Amino acid sequence: MSAVADEKKIVAGGSFLIEERAPAEIFTPEDFTEEHRMIGETTREFMDKEVRPREPELEQHRWDISRELLRHAGELGLIGATVPEEYGGLGLDQVSGGIVGEHLGRSASFATTMGAQSGIGLLPILFYGTEAAKKKYLPKIASGELVTAYALTEAGSGSDALAAKATARLSEDGTHYVLNGEKMWITNGGFADVFVVFAKVDGDKFTGFVVERQEGLTNGADEHKMGIKGSSTTALILSDVKTPVENLLGEVGKGHKIAFNILNIGRFKLGAMCGGGMKLMVSESVRYANERHQFGKPISSFGAIKHKLAEMSIKTWVGESMIYRTLGLIDSSLTDTATPEAKLRAIEEYAAECSIIKVALSEYCGFTADEMVQIYGGYGYSADYPAEAAYRDARINRIFEGTNEINRMLIPGMLMKRAISGQLALLPAAQKLMEEVLSPALQSFDEDEEPLAAEMKLAQNAKKVALMTLGTAAQKYMTKLADQQEILLGVADIIIDTYAMESAILRAQKLVASQGEEKAARYLDMVRVFTNDAVERVETSARNVLAAMSEGDELRTLLAALRRFVKRTPSNTVAARQRVAEVVIQANRYAY
Amino acid sequence: MKIIVLMKQVANKDAILRINRDATWIEEGDLSFEVNESDGYALEESLRLKEKHGGEVVVCTMGAQRAKSVIKDALARGADRAIHVVKDDLLNLTPYAGAKILAEAIRGEQPDLVMTGLQSDDNGFAQTGVILAELLGLPHATIVIEVDASGEQLRVKRELESGWYQWYTMPKPALLTIQSGISQIRYATLKGIMAAKKKEIKEVAPAATDPAAPSQRVTKVYFPQKTKQTQFLGDGNAKAGAAQLAEKLRSEARVF
Ligand SMILES: Cc1cc2nc3c(=O)[nH]c(=O)nc-3n(C[C@H](O)[C@H](O)[C@H](O)COP(=O)(O)OP(=O)(O)OC[C@H]3O[C@@H](n4cnc5c(N)ncnc54)[C@H](O)[C@@H]3O)c2cc1C
Repeated sequence: MSAVADEKKIVAGGSFLIEERAPAEIFTPEDFTEEHRMIGETTREFMDKEVRPREPELEQHRWDISRELLRHAGELGLIGATVPEEYGGLGLDQVSGGIVGEHLGRSASFATTMGAQSGIGLLPILFYGTEAAKKKYLPKIASGELVTAYALTEAGSGSDALAAKATARLSEDGTHYVLNGEKMWITNGGFADVFVVFAKVDGDKFTGFVVERQEGLTNGADEHKMGIKGSSTTALILSDVKTPVENLLGEVGKGHKIAFNILNIGRFKLGAMCGGGMKLMVSESVRYANERHQFGKPISSFGAIKHKLAEMSIKTWVGESMIYRTLGLIDSSLTDTATPEAKLRAIEEYAAECSIIKVALSEYCGFTADEMVQIYGGYGYSADYPAEAAYRDARINRIFEGTNEINRMLIPGMLMKRAISGQLALLPAAQKLMEEVLSPALQSFDEDEEPLAAEMKLAQNAKKVALMTLGTAAQKYMTKLADQQEILLGVADIIIDTYAMESAILRAQKLVASQGEEKAARYLDMVRVFTNDAVERVETSARNVLAAMSEGDELRTLLAALRRFVKRTPSNTVAARQRVAEVVIQANRYAY
Repeated sequence: MKIIVLMKQVANKDAILRINRDATWIEEGDLSFEVNESDGYALEESLRLKEKHGGEVVVCTMGAQRAKSVIKDALARGADRAIHVVKDDLLNLTPYAGAKILAEAIRGEQPDLVMTGLQSDDNGFAQTGVILAELLGLPHATIVIEVDASGEQLRVKRELESGWYQWYTMPKPALLTIQSGISQIRYATLKGIMAAKKKEIKEVAPAATDPAAPSQRVTKVYFPQKTKQTQFLGDGNAKAGAAQLAEKLRSEARVF
């Protein structure tokens, strides 16, 4: 069967910026099947019963326990959930993989270990390995018998990964490659058996290999890290390490494709893990806030604390909406029989969305951890309480799988690339918008009765702001746009908030449709608060970016258009936040 | 060996309970539900017996459609098929009436063993299993913590009080009510979860309740009222105080 026949008609990646969606079109956690729900239960039970109680031992670098836990995770099917059955996996959809990832987030250290094992250390073999390598390694990786790691970064090349210095040369008899070099920051480095290593063939052809632990492959001591101390991170030294030609990943000189495509998947998995971590943080924070009394009352009764609990809950829910919307997009573009190549293409299609999720969720997670510390007060600063570790653990998410700066710049970058290659009709949309900017149509003020109609209008207008800023930038800087980092970062922020708002609004509207407005009121509250603040951020970013790019009449015209786009009536977010907080306070846990 | 396990869906243990508007039951609207704890152990014991001796494990649940999640969960852990007695409101069912419906639902199966949890975490009657045994004409043992089904007769270990146990030999078929915490409950693996999709769940309507059966109606539900009263005994005289205390412990607190 041809790969093309495996694909259904798909929603183009990035098209959220130029098209409108109906609530029924997007996938939400409310669409989980009974099986999805049970997969979540199993993962959560495993994390809470087997992993979290052993975190203190993991922090003592007991990698034998990590290995034991990986074996157990393998038995349950958590490593190979999305790996095809023929390679020892279960062949489940990406949503299932996301659900597993989400619950793994209940232990940041073990989530990182699993992220290497089931994600970046496994997927290159699945997607780019030879049949021999797939048969040899994948079943044992999926079962947890073999531990994997992904070795891309070097001391001198992090964000600039392609500048790696490690080398590979083909042996004279042509049977194997010989690798030399040093890698840095390798997750699972201290105990992995199999490594995905990137090195340059003949000094310039960046290439991926599968390499087994052997004499000549040694790891450094575990790094003294700020957080995720229960996951192994070491340097890796390769001196005359041999690997057979069957262990070549893809083609010689095409390693960059592997590195970037695998990171796309790593990014949504990281987003999902952040989401699961946040749910736990909200639950722990609200429990503490309900128990802790000051001035004769539980601190959860204070408006200041309610504000925090609400904001943490809202970010968790909005983040979750973005994750599952995107995973649903990927799944709906694939048939059950999709080949690994088709899957990879589907995921690549949504590379911009993956970066959006990585940035948004890692920052929501950082925010949530920070507020958790604050809710715990002095006890938040004590290592005997959970907030302190949560705070330290959360920090890494903004650094690995591509720093948030790199990911931010990738977002408009990837969208522009798709626009130029004709995969995304961004340019006509931008042109049409510019006409609207120059000759504003009369605003229609028909009061729409639909719940969240005003918010949806703002989200659609935020897309216009994104197009206006991106279009102006493209016009002004043309091929030099990539050098304009501050502009790109600002545009990225607008796009991220746009995707977040729209995903949350659509999910809430879908809930209204299924549960009725009264029962869905709590979601409407969250969405109203989020949109209110997101539009504020969009306006600020756009003003800064526009003022940096244009001046005089042009700037005045653009700013006038911006004002029209973000025009809104403030709603009572104080009361809405109180209601949002009340839900978690009553339930004594994250309850959305 | 054919084993039938009865499993009930109850409110989640960690849920914060609220009483409904007319104070007749807890507010179920935003509750989450789970499998009754000891029923989970009954299932685990059944699966272990099946692994040792072969046969089939059939789950039977009475409850609303939402109780399907209990069934699915049991199938994912390894039960072979299920019978769902679809009944929305279990609240006003006496243990006898409930057992009667269950007896009709499983009678035709002719099981070698029926297992239930010791009691349900919501009503806590600990009666349904015992009455069901009577209705099915089976011998029963309660609070069972170990089962040996290798011989002609069934040998079971029962938990008595104050750390005492009893080994008990009984004929098969039989009904056992299982104590919580007796083993490590297996996980529903992802493979098991997917396999469960293909397993049979037979829905049956509840048999008509026996008009002669005792019926009940919950008239009021309330939280236990906490009261705290302090009394000073003896008026400063230790000896008199001790005597009064002994008297109160005997006649009021009845601790001896
Ligand atoms: C705990 C941990 C686990 C890790 N696990 C792995 C692993 O398993 N495998 C692996 O290969 N790697 C791993 N890494 C490496 C990680 O991916 C890199 O640290 C990350 O990509 C950043 O690279 P760097 O540390 O060299 O920072 P740099 O690239 O030096 O970046 C420093 C700062 O400069 C910014 N910056 C860099 N380039 C640009 C630019 N062009 N424009 C604007 N700003 C820029 C960055 O955003 C950052 O703020 C891990 C790191 C850690 C800390």
